[in-house]
Amino acid sequence: MTGNYWRILTRPLIDENPLTLQILGICSALAVTTSLDTALLMSLVVTCVLALGNGAVSLIRNQLPHSVRIIVQITIIASLVIVVDQVLQAYAFELSKRLSVFVGLVITNCIVLGRAEGFAMHNGFTASVLDGIGNGLGYSLVLVLVGTIREFFGKGSLLNFQILVPVEQGGSFEPLQLMLLPPSAFFIIGGIIWYIRRRRPQQVEKPEFTLRESGESTP
Amino acid sequence: MSELTGQDSAARALVVTFAVAFVCALLVSTTTVLLRPVQRANLEAARVMQLVRDALPDAGASVDAGDLEERVIDLASGRIDTAIDPATFDAEAAAKQPQSSVEIPRELDLARLRRRALHAPVYLVRGDDRSIDSIILPVSGRGYQSIIRAWLVLDGKAARVRALTIYEQGETPGVGSRIEDPEWLARWRDRPIYDSEGVIRIGVATRPGDASGPDAKYLVDGISGATRSSRGIDGMLRFWLGDMGFGPFLQRVRDGEIK
Repeated sequence: MTGNYWRILTRPLIDENPLTLQILGICSALAVTTSLDTALLMSLVVTCVLALGNGAVSLIRNQLPHSVRIIVQITIIASLVIVVDQVLQAYAFELSKRLSVFVGLVITNCIVLGRAEGFAMHNGFTASVLDGIGNGLGYSLVLVLVGTIREFFGKGSLLNFQILVPVEQGGSFEPLQLMLLPPSAFFIIGGIIWYIRRRRPQQVEKPEFTLRESGESTP
Repeated sequence: MSELTGQDSAARALVVTFAVAFVCALLVSTTTVLLRPVQRANLEAARVMQLVRDALPDAGASVDAGDLEERVIDLASGRIDTAIDPATFDAEAAAKQPQSSVEIPRELDLARLRRRALHAPVYLVRGDDRSIDSIILPVSGRGYQSIIRAWLVLDGKAARVRALTIYEQGETPGVGSRIEDPEWLARWRDRPIYDSEGVIRIGVATRPGDASGPDAKYLVDGISGATRSSRGIDGMLRFWLGDMGFGPFLQRVRDGEIK
């Protein structure tokens, strides 16, 4: 049983990573990864909401009528996000201003509703919380990786600590402006997905249809 | 499972949704109410920091929140009034209420404000050695057709002007509104306020000969074509630096009573 829980916790890290396998939650991953500190905070927010949301949905899953389950799940998730947002505004004011609307948009993060509907509705409390934490960590892993690359190459710093001195201040480092723009996150996430799928070919999706050979005639 | 019983019944749906909504509402409202004081304090700190950045265009960015003190003073005595919370004090509202304001005698009303509040906020910026580095005062006065509101920043000894920043005015666009011109405002920098006898001499030169007279080093040239706006600034500064304004407070700062 312990081994099973361990698998639930670690499976979403690489094998079933919500970002790289299911391609969910891309929007926030683009928006908050220009620096490492916002990426870390966003990771924490999503992990908390996932764990608590999954736990709460799992607890009431046997009482929950099928017809209204999605709206109830959304209500629970929205309330959790508001609570987390309020806590951030109180205790991490500067960072929460930089995350701006993206904390509120965790409500619409597909990973959160996806795990509640896909996992917590059919599994016990402990397993659901662990699944939430695991998926949160999987999301965090990608966010932190992308945030590190973008902040390092875009600003020459990590966690606002200057490592490379930019040219403007007399150093030799030319900041890569592209890294601070949203497309760079697409490139980096694309690169991560490519690397994972090259190492684990079973993740590669089968083509949904094949192109016809040219010259072949229609029956 | 029948339509009306079990997990999928309509009654169950209503009960469960209401219960979930109730618990969620309770959770959200409790958090907001409990955290509101901390959030207010954050917003207030952010507002004051923004104010310093506005008031000190050059040095404002280097000021930390810890270097800044907001105080409410009793204008007549010049003492800091600790009974009033600076975060909730509203000087503009106080100036309109009879019990929290005082009529300004006509001959002393250089800023032509008619009434002023009994109390006013001041902001003290501390230097590295914790002594007062700059004093930020909110000042206002009637110009040609509007009330001009500005931040007057003095040095720690309250002897010279460090900066003047106008944040609200409705003077004639293109004429009186040139009091907002950064080049003109920059001329106030390092202007001495008092002569050796302690008489207020700072002001705007609006009459011929002013700029070449003995007061030249205290005066900033008026804006041509905007004499009344320029005189408005002149009256505003003389009023708020004088005895009816921050004079008693500045005296206490110079005496070392307020450190």
